[in-house]
Amino acid sequence: MKLFQKSPWIIHYDGASCNGCDIEVLACLTPRYDVERFGIINTGNPKHADILLITGYINEQSQPVVRTIYEQMPEPKVVVAIGICATSGGIFRECYNTKGGVDSTIPVDVYVPGCAARPESIIDGVVQALAILERKKKEMAARP
Amino acid sequence: MNLTHAILAALLYIVAAPVLAGLLAGVDRIISARMQARIGPPLLQPFYDLFKLFQKERIAVNKTGHFFLLGYLLFTIIAGVEFFIGGDLLIVIFALALGSVFFVLGAFAAGSPYSHIGAERELIQLMASEPMLILSAMGFYVATGSFQVHDIWSRPDLLIVILPGMFAGLVYVLTIKLRKSPFDLATSHHAHQEIVKGITTEFSGPYLAVIELAHWYETILLLGFLYLFFAPWPWLAVLALAAVYFLEILADNTNARLYWQWVLRSSWIFTAVAGAGNLVVLYYLSRGGTP
Amino acid sequence: MNIVLFLILFPLAMAGLIALLGGHVGLRTALVKIGSGVVAIGALVLLALNLQGETQWLRFDWPWLQKAVLGLDILVTLILLVIAVRGRQITVTALVIAQAALIGMTEFGGHAHAHVEAPLFIDSFSMIMAHIVGVIGGLIVWHAVGYMPHYHHHHPEVPGGQRWFFATIYLFLGAMYALVFSNHLSWLFLAWEVTTLCSFLLISYPRTPEARHNAFLALRLNMLGGVAFAGALLYLAKTGGPFALSEIIRSAPASMLVPVLLICVAGLTKAAQMPFSAWLLGAMVAPTPVSALLHSSTMVKAGVYVFVRFAPLLQNTVMGLLLALIGVTTFLFASCIAISQSNAKRVLAYSTIANLGLIVTCACVGNPQAVWAAILLIIFHAVAKALLFIAVGSAEHSIGSRDIEDMEGLIERRPKTALAILIGIAGMFLAPFGMLVSKWAAIEALMKSHPILPVMVAFGSSATLFFWSKWMGKILSTVKGPPPPHGPVSMEEKNAMFFLSLLTVGLCAAWPFISSLSIKPFLLSYYGTAVELNRVTIVIMSSMLALIVALPLSLLYKGEKKLRITTPYLSGANVLERDLFTASIGGTKPLAIRSYYLTEFFAEGRLTRMGLAATIALLAALVMVVKP
Repeated sequence: MKLFQKSPWIIHYDGASCNGCDIEVLACLTPRYDVERFGIINTGNPKHADILLITGYINEQSQPVVRTIYEQMPEPKVVVAIGICATSGGIFRECYNTKGGVDSTIPVDVYVPGCAARPESIIDGVVQALAILERKKKEMAARP
Repeated sequence: MNLTHAILAALLYIVAAPVLAGLLAGVDRIISARMQARIGPPLLQPFYDLFKLFQKERIAVNKTGHFFLLGYLLFTIIAGVEFFIGGDLLIVIFALALGSVFFVLGAFAAGSPYSHIGAERELIQLMASEPMLILSAMGFYVATGSFQVHDIWSRPDLLIVILPGMFAGLVYVLTIKLRKSPFDLATSHHAHQEIVKGITTEFSGPYLAVIELAHWYETILLLGFLYLFFAPWPWLAVLALAAVYFLEILADNTNARLYWQWVLRSSWIFTAVAGAGNLVVLYYLSRGGTP
Repeated sequence: MNIVLFLILFPLAMAGLIALLGGHVGLRTALVKIGSGVVAIGALVLLALNLQGETQWLRFDWPWLQKAVLGLDILVTLILLVIAVRGRQITVTALVIAQAALIGMTEFGGHAHAHVEAPLFIDSFSMIMAHIVGVIGGLIVWHAVGYMPHYHHHHPEVPGGQRWFFATIYLFLGAMYALVFSNHLSWLFLAWEVTTLCSFLLISYPRTPEARHNAFLALRLNMLGGVAFAGALLYLAKTGGPFALSEIIRSAPASMLVPVLLICVAGLTKAAQMPFSAWLLGAMVAPTPVSALLHSSTMVKAGVYVFVRFAPLLQNTVMGLLLALIGVTTFLFASCIAISQSNAKRVLAYSTIANLGLIVTCACVGNPQAVWAAILLIIFHAVAKALLFIAVGSAEHSIGSRDIEDMEGLIERRPKTALAILIGIAGMFLAPFGMLVSKWAAIEALMKSHPILPVMVAFGSSATLFFWSKWMGKILSTVKGPPPPHGPVSMEEKNAMFFLSLLTVGLCAAWPFISSLSIKPFLLSYYGTAVELNRVTIVIMSSMLALIVALPLSLLYKGEKKLRITTPYLSGANVLERDLFTASIGGTKPLAIRSYYLTEFFAEGRLTRMGLAATIALLAALVMVVKP
């Protein structure tokens, strides 16, 4: 049974954003979109999570935090960059303190564009992440 | 109860309790979702979660964590087995407390501030709920003259009639034990969160699965406590348990988390009024009204 | 039964020898060590000689013996008087004079002193007490040999007086043996007074103003009990009542109300029950072996000893119920107060007061099952508490503090000491360890009395759950490891910790045997019935114990190789070293974790005042009930 597809727990981290995407992420949990239908739970704890949702770009200050949170998640894990800032830095790309998108710091598996990303596309991104999660699980099991 | 029956009962509990409790948790999540105008996860979602957790990588902050969690699971199961083979109620309660202490120690040993706060709060919850559990055993003793679950079970009279205060008190602390709002200080279920995940913060993957499993065993044991009040009429018992569980879900979804001060004070006062009051009334009634 | 006389006289002789020859360090050490061995082995020989636990009486045909006891009584009184006058203690002086007057009236007031056929006796309960005194006493004296040089090293301001220290300890051991073997009330009273005197001398040992103050506090409250005891003797002499313990127990309860109440009040003071509990907290200034020996495992047990002796007289009486209420109130309040304490020795002191309260409660309920529970409590508490005191003393020497907050991560810094503390704590409150077995028995027994008693026990034991778990957690919590502490633990300290840990665990496996070998004969001789144990319960308890002992083996589990060790969750703000984090306004800060003390709920001052008010009201009610 593809368990990881049935029980993806997420943690949401805001690198540095205008909070537009954050509000859309939270909107996914509301009755209108109800991501718990897919067994998705927002845990708020990297140690319990399978999927790291990051909104906003990465700057000097958030870089070590993102690294630590990623490191503290147990395998298998996937990263979903949400919104155009998280995918590339967006309009903040040329700022003096910007490191870039999330992939400047940790490996990203799914990019969800949009400013702000719509809940439908966020859910779609997470669903795509599930397939990757399942693949990583198989790779993990294959490892000695 | 003879030896064969006892072994069968023990095995049945060990096998069936997680299945039942898992289904119950699934129903719980669906009802919660409906109360929030959502559709909610599939019924088997708790099992998906549990099996997924077992497949995750093992990470921990130190090497001793699993030792304490093993203690938590084992002694919770022992408490349940002692209950369902008809043993001594006080021993059941003490074994359950031992299991919880193991859990708390595991969280302390992790040496993380969030799990530490969770552990302290779990201890407050233990302190808040323990008197009522012990009192309920005393109530059964006064009503039936025995601490043995087997003797209480096989009484022909409906104990809820003479122990209504005890029942109310147990339902009250059940909210603590089931980790439901407004009493979910130490950790929380579903998507609730505050102070990260409290006592479970540092446990992940298989370790978290063990905690969930132990919690399931505990849930069935506690429902077993409530069943004793209706033992002669099983259909009534099932109805009552369903009603109680529904009430717990309703409370969970309509209340915000309380301060620990409120939890401790209210549950001790409730225990003293409903539990001890019931006990004292019974004592004087049994002496024919002459103090 | 010369062994009984030997057990009493040997420590007294040792006291004399050490006082005479103790100036030489090597000689004194050797003497003390040999003595501790003999005291412990003597107690075990007693068991071997009297395995059946039959009651035996010791008769003496020496007419001068009673006069000698009286002489010693006068001597002790004079010493106390000198201490009181030199300390300019008006209350103590008045109490000593009052007590002297009462004893004078008893002995010389023209009352025909009831003859006691056998002044000494031994039954299975005395044997249990003798084992506690001998085995635990022996171990603690052995421990003290290693501990005291450390103590003086850490407290250079304390004048060296180890010679008198050990002499007093041996004097105390002799008195304790005499106390548990006495059938003659005057002899019991003499031993009682000697333990009070020893307690005073040992509390004042550090010679600081605080120690002096606390020693006099202890003396004042214990003398109050002494006066009550002397009053009981006078009452018995006046009414021509019996002076033998064995005869008092067999008398009609109604005729013995007054003397039993008075002696029980003396027991309340000695067992540090509210409202007399303040002295035990003050007594914690004394060196650790004193706290372990006198103020947790033995001397305070003398207080509950008389309650257990009088249990048949207290059973089903209003007086018994009121005394039980005093005990259970003490249990509840002391347990709750302990939550707010961070000083390890104060936690232990409050827990001692609480558990003595529970024993008093059980003894006062007085049915066979309750007495059974009381005796089990006495045994288990003595062992676990002695272990805890010793281990905490050892930890104090290594980390330089007796604050529980400073014991963080002790499991990494001092694994063996930490393990000893953990075993001691587990022994105090966790199933299937001894105290929990006894608490279970106590609750079941108390159900046969007024339900308010077990209800209060339920609340109190929930409070104990909180403060013990919290302490264990602190020891296990490995946030950071300050550099390993200075100073080695002496060999004697290690020995004592090892054997007491072994005893704490071993007794949990052995309690069904102790119950059937020692407690059952006692209950049979007192009540004609005994407590039958539920086999299934024993099996469950034993398997839980086996599991607890076996669980650490899971640490060897090989699958753990796949375990990835990571940092604790700090909102991602971890700095590479595990005990630092990035603060919100930049810069790194060390991580610090402190426990909950819930002082808002369990404020020491307020709870103490409430406890005092409740117990004083109960005492007043007792006086109303018992009209001479």
